[in-house]
Amino acid sequence: MADIILQAQGLTKVYAMGAETVHALKGVSLDVLRGQYVSIMGPSGSGKSTFFNIVGGLDKPTAGEVVMDGQRFGDLNSSQMAWVRCHKVGYIFQSFNLIPSMTALENVAIARIFSGLTPSEARKHAAAVLDQVGLGHRLRHVPSELSGGQQQRVAIARAMVNKPEMILADEPTGNLDLHTGEDIIRLLVALQKERNITVITATHDMKMLAASDVVVWIRDGQIARVAQRDEITIEVGSIDGKTLA
Amino acid sequence: MITMNSQPSIPLQTRVPWSVVFFVSWGSLRRRIFRSLITMIGVVLGIAFLTYMLVNDRMVNSLVAMKDDAVNVLLQKAGVDIFRNGPDTMVLLLIGLSLLTCLAGIINAMLMSVTERIKEIGTLKCLGAEDSFIVKTYFVESSLQGVLGTACGALAGLLVSVAVNAAIYGGVVFSVFPWMAVLKAELIAFLIGSVMSVLASIIPAYWAACKQPVDAMRVEE
Repeated sequence: MADIILQAQGLTKVYAMGAETVHALKGVSLDVLRGQYVSIMGPSGSGKSTFFNIVGGLDKPTAGEVVMDGQRFGDLNSSQMAWVRCHKVGYIFQSFNLIPSMTALENVAIARIFSGLTPSEARKHAAAVLDQVGLGHRLRHVPSELSGGQQQRVAIARAMVNKPEMILADEPTGNLDLHTGEDIIRLLVALQKERNITVITATHDMKMLAASDVVVWIRDGQIARVAQRDEITIEVGSIDGKTLA
Repeated sequence: MITMNSQPSIPLQTRVPWSVVFFVSWGSLRRRIFRSLITMIGVVLGIAFLTYMLVNDRMVNSLVAMKDDAVNVLLQKAGVDIFRNGPDTMVLLLIGLSLLTCLAGIINAMLMSVTERIKEIGTLKCLGAEDSFIVKTYFVESSLQGVLGTACGALAGLLVSVAVNAAIYGGVVFSVFPWMAVLKAELIAFLIGSVMSVLASIIPAYWAACKQPVDAMRVEE
C-alpha cells in the first residue's frame, strides 16, 4: 500500500517582469509517494526551480494547490508554514546557504532550536547528526574553513536534524566536483533508504538518475514526461536515445 | 492501493523564548565582532558629534549669562555674539546639520548591517524561523549596539565639549556648568541614538521577514 506524501494540483506561477508577464509554471500536477526518491530534471528556465520552491513551501503559487500529508499549504498561516518547514521538510541548496558567521555545529543547532529545544540540547543533537555525516571532527569550523563537499554535508545534517519526512534538494551537486557530488548523492540515498524519507531533487546532473525511483522532466513550465526507474535506460552519452546536451 | 493520510491539522510553530533570542543575537554580535564594532562606531561618531554641538551650545549660553567682562572678551574672541537676544540662528543651523549627519550615519550603519544579511533571513525562514523571531533577534542586536554606541558617543561628545571649552575659557566653565541643560541634551542625544538605531534595523528586518523565503534568498546584497 502506497501513501501519498505530497500532491501538486494544477500549479501555475506567473511573474511580472517589468511590463512583461512570465508564465513559469502552466498547470503542473504531480503525486509523490512516501519514501520515493524523485528527480526533477529540466533545463534552466524550465520552471523546475519554481516548481521545487512551491512544493517545498518556500514560495506561493499563483493558482493551484500543494497538499502535504493531507494538509493544503494554502490553508496554513505563516506560523503553521514555519512549523511545516521546521518539522516536515529539510532543505538543501546548490550554494549550501550556511550562515557564514556560525560554526558547523551552530548552523545545525539553530534549526533544532526552532523545533523548541534549548541551545545546549540543540548542540548535543547537532553534534550527533554531524558525526553521522562524517563531520564529527569539524564541529567548530566556520563554513569558509570547510570544503564544498563538507559544507554540503553540514547542510544535509541541518536538513536532517529535525527528522523531516521529506528532503528537498535544489541542485545539491551543482557546485561540487564529480566525486564529491557522487558522495553527496550516496549520502542522500542512504538517508532515504534508512529512514524512509521522501527525497525530491531538482537537478540536471545525470548522476542523480541512477539513484531515482521516479524522474520528472519539466519543460517550458509543464511536465513533459514522468518515468519510473525501470522505464529509464541509460546509455553512455544518451538517455532513452536522447542525446545529452 | 493509494491512500491519502488524513493528518490532524498543523500546529502553530513553537515560540522561541526571549532568553534564546538574546542568546542567538549575542552570539551573532560576538562572532561578527569586527563588523559589529564598525557598525557601532558609526553610531558612536554620529551621536558624539550631535552631543558635542548640543553641550557646547549649553555651556556657551551659561558663560554668556555670567555677563563677566573677562569672560565676555574670551567669548567674543571665540566668535560668540554676546549681545544677541534669544538663540543664535547660526548655532541652531549647525546643530540641525549635526543632527542630520548623525541620523544619516546611524541609518547607514544599521541598514547595511541588516541588508547584507537578508539572504540569511531567507535561510532561517527555510529552517522554520517565525517572522517574529527574525524581528526579535534584530531588535535585540540593534538595541545592544544602539544603546552601547549611543552611550559611548554621548560620553565622548560631552568630554570633548568640556575639554574644548575649558581650554578656551579656563576653569570658569566648571563654576557655571549648566548641569540640568547638559543632562537634557545628553538625554535627547541618547533617545535619538537608541530609537534610530533600533528603527533602522528592525524595519528592513521586518520587510525581509515578511517575504516568502525564496524571495528573501533572492534579494541582491
